[in-house]
Amino acid sequence: MPPTFKVDEISFNYDGIAAIRDLSLQIEQGERIALLGANGSGKSTLLRILDALHFPSSGVVTFCEQPLTQERLQNQAHFLDFRRRVSLVFQNPDVQLFNPTVFDELAYGPLQLRWRREEIIRRVDETLAAMNLSHLRDRAPYRLSGGEKKRVALASVLVLDPEVLLLDEPTAALDPKSQSQIIDLIQQWKGTAKTVVAATHQLDIVEDIADRVIVLEEGKLIATGAPAEILSNGELLLRANLIHAHRHAHGGVMHSHPHVHGHGHHDHEH
Amino acid sequence: MNGYSFIQSTMQGFARAFAKALQSEQAASENGLLQALDPRVRVVGILMMVISVIMYRRLEIIAAMLMLAVVIAVLSRVSMASLAKRVWLVVLGFTGLIALPALFLTPGEPLFAVPWAHAVISVQGLKAAALLVLRVETAATLTTVLVLCTQWAHILKALRSMRLPAEIVTMLAMTHRYIFLLIETANQMFESRQSRTVGTLDGSEQRKMTARTAGVLLGKSIELSHEVYLAMLSRGFHGEVYLLTDFRLHAADYVAITIFAVASGMAIWVGR
Repeated sequence: MPPTFKVDEISFNYDGIAAIRDLSLQIEQGERIALLGANGSGKSTLLRILDALHFPSSGVVTFCEQPLTQERLQNQAHFLDFRRRVSLVFQNPDVQLFNPTVFDELAYGPLQLRWRREEIIRRVDETLAAMNLSHLRDRAPYRLSGGEKKRVALASVLVLDPEVLLLDEPTAALDPKSQSQIIDLIQQWKGTAKTVVAATHQLDIVEDIADRVIVLEEGKLIATGAPAEILSNGELLLRANLIHAHRHAHGGVMHSHPHVHGHGHHDHEH
Repeated sequence: MNGYSFIQSTMQGFARAFAKALQSEQAASENGLLQALDPRVRVVGILMMVISVIMYRRLEIIAAMLMLAVVIAVLSRVSMASLAKRVWLVVLGFTGLIALPALFLTPGEPLFAVPWAHAVISVQGLKAAALLVLRVETAATLTTVLVLCTQWAHILKALRSMRLPAEIVTMLAMTHRYIFLLIETANQMFESRQSRTVGTLDGSEQRKMTARTAGVLLGKSIELSHEVYLAMLSRGFHGEVYLLTDFRLHAADYVAITIFAVASGMAIWVGR
């Protein structure tokens, strides 16, 4: 089976500032990947490149062995096919929720892909029910809470039943209940054909949402491996700014150790 | 109040007004006269009445149309207090100010003199001022009742089904959606600046700070619009706007549109 994405030595700049540098990676069908990295490490940019919203200044990206280029997507059939198969959930849900009601928000993608009217109504209602959002059907997105907005943003792409889901910080700034709802959803896709790439810097959710981890630092891939392997490599996490050295005193003796945020507590040996 | 806090309080006022405007859609879910009609009938019917109001000059006909607008509002369960506060007093204030010179400047039969101003109010002047104020009051009452009784999304869909270009409908939808977010952002920027400001800034510094804030806000709005465009593109937007309109006309809608048309037509005929 061909890889879903093949990224070959790509670079990307924002106004002359390098966001991605000579990055190569491969994503297989059905993989659940966590893109780990500190702020500004290039996670969001990489997701946008995979969603063909940005195009690399050098290097090649292929989707199912087809080149992902601006020229190719100018063909409407290719464009609509790609948009049906690959979806991105933005970090800021306010950016993504631009329709007057939740129902319209979910119907937006199918309408653009020219689905039949009855099919759109059926799929939207099914997705709302599956995501426990039916009670918000006629509400305006700007009146929703942060957690509800995030779930509606996710539902607005799930309605298309895409093969690939790109999630930018899916649990950032959410309360614990909303976070666990999103994590539960991603866990349900384990073992299915759905490919999930989630960018995050929250180490405590990585083992729940991913089978493989890719670590980025200043636009470069610095490591890839199983979650347990990556999360146990303190030196790597320290280098990628995902943890920091914590200095404190025990019985008058100062010492330091790596410190992970996000857990309710932390343990370390003395 | 210094200039800086004046701008801040104006932004807060805008934010409150928009929040109220957004909440006002709650009236749309009441069981009332207008709410029972198809949104297209509401938009077209009210539009016909508003157009008719600007076409005749007889005061008593305009007054009758204002009464009809009030009856529609009552039957649509719109709060009279809210209508008085939001529309009647505001319109009276603004339009009254504009109409004031007409009282003195319109030549005609003298009604009474204002000795301290060395001016005379004429019958024709009073009529001209009353005509302007009543027209605006009626048109504003009708459109406010429409907006209060109809979800914004339904108004947009109704406008689209009336063949208003998709680009304009999308623009209206986007403006309604993001103006509140940008006002909120501006508010937060002022609050954050205020929390870091010690003492009082002089006029020149206040102007510089306001100009800088406006510049940053413009930058943020451009960035936001670019992000929204990418989000639209990501879900298949390719220049066309498609809407899922599922309005259906019933017998009551045909009756209502006929009543709107007859009332507007008769008013134009009698009041010409």
